Amino acid sequence: MNEKAMRKNRWQSVIFLLIIIVLTYWSSFITQFNFWDGLVTIPEATGWMLSNLSITQDSLERLPKIMETLVETIFMSIAATTLAAAVSLFLGLFGSNTTKVNSFLSVFARFVASVSRNIPVVAWSLILLISFGQNSVTGFLALFVGTVGFLTRAFMESMDEVGQSSVEALTATGATYFQIVSKAVIPQCLPQMLSWILFMIETNIRSATLVGILTGTGIGYTFDMYYKTLNYNAVGLVTLCIVIAVILVDLISNYIRKVIL
Amino acid sequence: MALLKVEGLGKSYTSDKKILKNINLEINPGEFVSIIGPSGAGKSTFLRCINRMVEFNEGKITFNQQDVGSLNKRELRRMRTNIGMVFQHYNLVPRLTVIENVLHGRFGYKTTMQGILGRYTEEEKERAFELLEKLGIQEHAYKRCDQLSGGQQQRVGICRALIQEPKLVLCDEPIASLDPNSSKIIMDHLKAITTELGITCLVNLHQVDVAQNYSDRIIGLNQGEIVFEGASHQLSEEQIHKIYGTKTKELIIA
Repeated sequence: MNEKAMRKNRWQSVIFLLIIIVLTYWSSFITQFNFWDGLVTIPEATGWMLSNLSITQDSLERLPKIMETLVETIFMSIAATTLAAAVSLFLGLFGSNTTKVNSFLSVFARFVASVSRNIPVVAWSLILLISFGQNSVTGFLALFVGTVGFLTRAFMESMDEVGQSSVEALTATGATYFQIVSKAVIPQCLPQMLSWILFMIETNIRSATLVGILTGTGIGYTFDMYYKTLNYNAVGLVTLCIVIAVILVDLISNYIRKVIL
Repeated sequence: MALLKVEGLGKSYTSDKKILKNINLEINPGEFVSIIGPSGAGKSTFLRCINRMVEFNEGKITFNQQDVGSLNKRELRRMRTNIGMVFQHYNLVPRLTVIENVLHGRFGYKTTMQGILGRYTEEEKERAFELLEKLGIQEHAYKRCDQLSGGQQQRVGICRALIQEPKLVLCDEPIASLDPNSSKIIMDHLKAITTELGITCLVNLHQVDVAQNYSDRIIGLNQGEIVFEGASHQLSEEQIHKIYGTKTKELIIA
C-alpha cells in the first residue's frame, strides 16, 4: 500500500464516522428521543428500582412457589429442546447435501426449517395461544417450533461439513443408509450437534420467561402476576432467580462443552 | 474366465461432454492392473462405474458373472461387498478409532440394525486385528484415525477394504497424497494383496514409473478413451507421450 492509498483509507474512515454521527442524530430527531433527558432520568429510575424491587422478608416467603415454577420452566425448556433435537436430526439428515435421500425431502426439510425459524418465538406463542389456549402445552410448542427451525439449520450445516468422503467409502462397502448415517455422519458431527443443543437449551430458558408471560405458564406467568398485582418486591425476587438460573445453566453447559469437544 | 468385463462403456454427466467413450476391457482374477492418464481423463469416473458409485449411461459391465447395470438395490449392495475400495484421501471417519474404521468394512454383510448397534462377531474382530498386524499398524488399533499419518491412514483404508473379503480392490490414486516412502509401503502392500491373497487389484495412478514397476498390465486413458493397453514392458516413451500429450511428456523428461 502506498502513501496515497493510506491517506485515502484514512479519509474513508473519517467520512464513515461522520455518516454514523449524522444518522444517529437524525434518527433521534425523528423519533424525538432526547439523549440528555434520558440520561437525567437514570438516577431517579435506579432509585425507584432499588427501593421497590429490593427483596423483602415478605417476598422471600414466596420463594418456594417461585422456585417451583422456575424449575418447571427449566424442565419445559429442556424437554422442548431435546424433543426438537430429535425431530431436527431427521429433518437435518433429509436436508443436508451429504445425506439427502431425495430432492423432494430436502426441499421439504429446508422449507420447514426456514418457516419455523423465520417466525419469531413471540409470534409463535401468540399464534399458538389462539389455537391451543392458555396452558403449558402452548408454551412448550412455541419453544419447540422455534427450536426445530434453528436446530435443523444448524444440524444441516454440521452434516454438510462432514462431507462426502466417508459416506462414499461406506457406500462402497455395501452399507445401508442408516448404517452410514449412524457410523460415519453422526460420530463426526456429534460434538457440534451437542453444542448446538446446549446453546438452544440456554436460549430457551431465557425465552421461556417471555413465552410464559405471553402464554400464561411457568416463571413468566409468576412474573406477570406479581407485576400486575403491583407486588414489585416479588418481581425483583423472580428476576433474581431467573438471572441466577440462567448463569448456572450457562456455567454447566460451558463445562459440558469443554468435556465433549 | 474374466472377473471383470467391460463392454462399450460410456458415461457423460452433461449431454455435450462425454467423460468415458466406448471402453472395452477384461480383467482376469489375480491380476494387478494400473490405469494411467492425465487429470480429467476419466480414471476416477471409470473406477466408480464398476461398483456403480457413478451410474453409467452406455455399455455393459459384467463382474463375477453378474450384469452390474441391471442389479437392484439389494443385489447392488451384495455385489459391493465383493469389491473393496481404497481412496486418495483415505475417506476414513476421522473421529473414530482405527479398529472401528476397519470393521466398517463388514457393514455390507450385516442388517441395518446390527450395523447401527455395532454388533461384530469374534471372528470379524480377530480378522480385523490380523489385518492390522499384517499391515504393521496393530499398535494404533485404539487410536483415533485423525492422529495417524497419511501413510498409516491409507493402511487403515486398505484393511477396511480387505476385511470385506473382496474379489476385486479398486484403488483411486492411493498414493497421490503421500510422500515417496509411504507410497512405496502402500504400493508394496497392494502388490502383496494380489500375490499373497490372490485378490485382483485395479489401481488408478499418476506416476508412470510406479505403474511400470508394480503392474502386470497397464491401461492408458486419455480423454475418456483407452489409448494404450499392454504389459508394463510394452509401454514405450512414445506411448507415454500419446497418453499424456506433448506438453506433459516434456515435463516428465525435464
